[in-house]
Parts: sequence; structure tokens; C-alpha cells
Amino acid sequence: MRVALEFFPVLEEWPLLLTGIAWTLLLTAASTFFGLLLGTVCAYLRTQGPEWCRPFIVGYVELIRNTPFIVQLFFIFFALPAAGIRLSAEVASVLAMVINLGAYSADIVRAGIQATPRGQIEAALSLSLTHRQVFTRVVLPPALQRVWPALVSQIIIVMLGSAVCGQISTEELSYAANLIQSRNFRAFEAFIVATVLYLVLSVFVRHFFQWFGRRFVFGASRG
Amino acid sequence: MNRFLRLILSLVVLAVGLALSGCAGAQTALETIQKNRLIKIAIPVDFPPYGFVGTDLQPQGLDIDMANYIGAKLGVKVELVTVSSANRIAYLQTKKADLVISTLGKNAEREKVIDFTAAYSPYFQAIYGAKTLSIKSVDDLKGKTIAATRGALEDQELTKIAPSGTEIKRFEDNNATVSAFVSGQTQLLATGASVASNMIQRNPQLNAEYKLLLKDSPNFIGVAKGEESLRVRVNAIIAEAKKSGDLDKMAQKWLARGAGQLPD
Repeated sequence: MRVALEFFPVLEEWPLLLTGIAWTLLLTAASTFFGLLLGTVCAYLRTQGPEWCRPFIVGYVELIRNTPFIVQLFFIFFALPAAGIRLSAEVASVLAMVINLGAYSADIVRAGIQATPRGQIEAALSLSLTHRQVFTRVVLPPALQRVWPALVSQIIIVMLGSAVCGQISTEELSYAANLIQSRNFRAFEAFIVATVLYLVLSVFVRHFFQWFGRRFVFGASRG
Repeated sequence: MNRFLRLILSLVVLAVGLALSGCAGAQTALETIQKNRLIKIAIPVDFPPYGFVGTDLQPQGLDIDMANYIGAKLGVKVELVTVSSANRIAYLQTKKADLVISTLGKNAEREKVIDFTAAYSPYFQAIYGAKTLSIKSVDDLKGKTIAATRGALEDQELTKIAPSGTEIKRFEDNNATVSAFVSGQTQLLATGASVASNMIQRNPQLNAEYKLLLKDSPNFIGVAKGEESLRVRVNAIIAEAKKSGDLDKMAQKWLARGAGQLPD
């Protein structure tokens, strides 16, 4: 079978594709910021927080890690309105991604924290640093450095997972590809273009966060 | 070899038998119906509100009402034959059904293999919304959010006619589109008549109603090719029902909208 590939009808819709890329990056940026924050807080509470809050953290992490992302997304978008909480498709997407990344990164960061040698903490305490200072200055930066590659991978996974946000009409990249192919029936070409764009985005985002981590997250505290 | 011969022989017998049974049907369909006092009508059961199975496990819907209506007018018993969209024309061609009343749209490909009567019920894509929302014309859509299924007929029509400033939210399938509207994520819903009436029936709390027509594609009754006497008789029944308002009543009952202008 010969397939005649015609990319022009797809590339012609570049404003749609560009909007899609912008939304995908925006969703990723917002969910990375809030997701890592949430994950770090959860990791702190689980390892050093008061005893009573640990079951809640464990419950949250298990709940999110053992249910599909799309179900979490549909729950927020389609089910919460019944409880009077109505979020736009975009806000619902970000919220779902934050909650998702929060749970995964909580476990990743916890692994980094638990790998901190006891001696380092004791040394810091003996220098009369407070517990909070010990956590933010001594424990967290090397912990993040240890698990940074895993965290960046998780961010990429969440970014690629944002493809399903198109299901609730968030106009991200795969939504754009789907819309284009439903209009001109160039499914093959539309999804090839989307695949290439996702690949480029992933490589870009990975390099960006590797640089970002060295420069701002754990590199700075050393210098 | 012996087995092969036997196969050939049985095929020949089968072919002759089929040919003979074909010859036997020299009567027209209408004559057969009147002689047996029975008409076989193909109906859907997977397409509410046109045809579906109720809680009593009996088929019901607009198409079933229409089938019984025609049976009553002909003064014969009706035998309902359940068909799917894919096999309804085959049922007609093989004479397993005398009429197909199964949300059948008319197009050139189908006209080559079967005949059509006049249209009996409307099928249409439309915009639906809460009674409190005033939508009188296309311009009123400005600034409203509308759920539509991506790539469906209604999406294409809506994209064509919607004024700028209309927010069309596109979803993957009918279920997601309807859910978005039902959960209040969009103000309006653009969809086919059958999907909408199902949604309205199940969610009376929404107070949703028909707002604007997007596209008409009425349903016709299918008749086997060449059964002219039956076709003319059914056409007369439809014309009469149109005049007496019975068609309107049926449409109102199942579709929450009059039959409107139906093509002959």
C-alpha cells in the first residue's frame, strides 16, 4: 500500500499547533511548580512531620499512584461540579496534574531525604541550626540533587500525560492534532507532526530542568 | 474427489432451490401483506428515542409508533423485526422485512438499492440549553460556551455559523460532550436529536430545551426496490398523517419538537 503523505494541510493549521504547544508548556510549568512544592511538603511531613499526619500523606500518595490520571482528571472536571465546585477545563487540568505530580514527587523526594546520612543532620544540629534550617539548608538541597534525574523524568511523564487533558477540551497539543485531523482527515500526518513536536518538547524540557536544577535548586546553595 | 463432487452437487441443489423460491414470490409485497394480514417492519432498538427497549423489555420509540401506526392504517398485524444500522437494508433486500422504519436517511448510494417513501420524522442536529437562557438567533451564541463532539456533523455546522466570541468546547465522544453540559461545564449543547432527547429525559432537573436548528436530515421509510404499490400506499398514509397532525404528535411526544417541514 502506498501512502501519500501530505503535511501541508496539517502545517497550514500552525496557529492551532502553536496554541497547543503554548498550552502544553504552560500546563507543564504550572504543574511542575506547584506539584514539586506539594511533593516536597508531603515528603517533609511524611519523614519529619507530626505522627498524626503521616497516614494522610500515605493515603494521598497511594490513592493517586494507584488510579489512572484520566480518571482523576474526569473526577475533577465532571464529578466535582455535582459538589458545587466548578472549574474551567484549564484549571481542572492544572489541578489534576499538580495533584498527580505531587504524589509521585512526594515519594521520589522522600527517597532522597531518607538517604541523607545521620551524621550530617547531627553535625548541623550541633552547630545549633534549628530543625527547619537543617531541613531547608542541609537535608533538602543534596536530597533534591540525588533524585533530580528521577524528578525531571516524572515532570516529562506528567507533561506527556497532559495529552489527555484534550479530552476535557483543554486546547493543548494533542487536542490541536485531533482537531486538525477531524477537519481534514489527515490523521497520519497530524499525529506524525504531534509526535515530533512532543519529542522536541520533551528534549527541550529535560535539558531546561537539568540546567535549572544545577543553577537554582541545589547548585546555588553550595556556592 | 467424491467429497468434492458431493459439495458441488449440494451447491447446485441450493442454487436451484433459491432460484425457485425467488420465482414463487410473484405476488407484490402489498398483496402478500394483505393476504397474510401481517406486515413485517424493521425497527431499531439501539437508538433512543427512535427505537429502544423500555424497562418492560418491549421495543418502543418513534419508529415503533410509526410502524404500529402504518399497521393500523393498513388494517393488518405488525411483526416488528429488530435490525441494526448496518443490516437494515439487507433485511429489505432479502424480504425479511416489508418496510424499514429505522431512522433511515436518504442518499444516492441507498437509492440505488432500495426505494424510499416520503419522510415521516425529522432528524436533526441542534443546540440545546436551559429554558432560562434566551437563544433566539445565531447571534445570541456570542459569549456562550457550547459543548460539541469533535469532528461530528454538529461541530462542523456550528464552526461554520457561530459568530466570533462563541466558545466551542470540543470533546472526544458524545458521552463526554453530554457530561460536560450536564455537569454545567458549558451553557449549551450542540448534538443530534436522539442524543439530546435522551439527555433531557434523564436530567429533568436541567430544564433543557431545544434552542436552534443546526442541520436537518429527516428519516425516510425504506421499501424494497420495485415494490411500487406498497410505496404508494405508505406514502398515502404518511400524507394523511401529515395533514391530520399525527406526525407532529409523534415527533412532539418523542423529540420535544414538531415534525416541521418534511420532504416528500
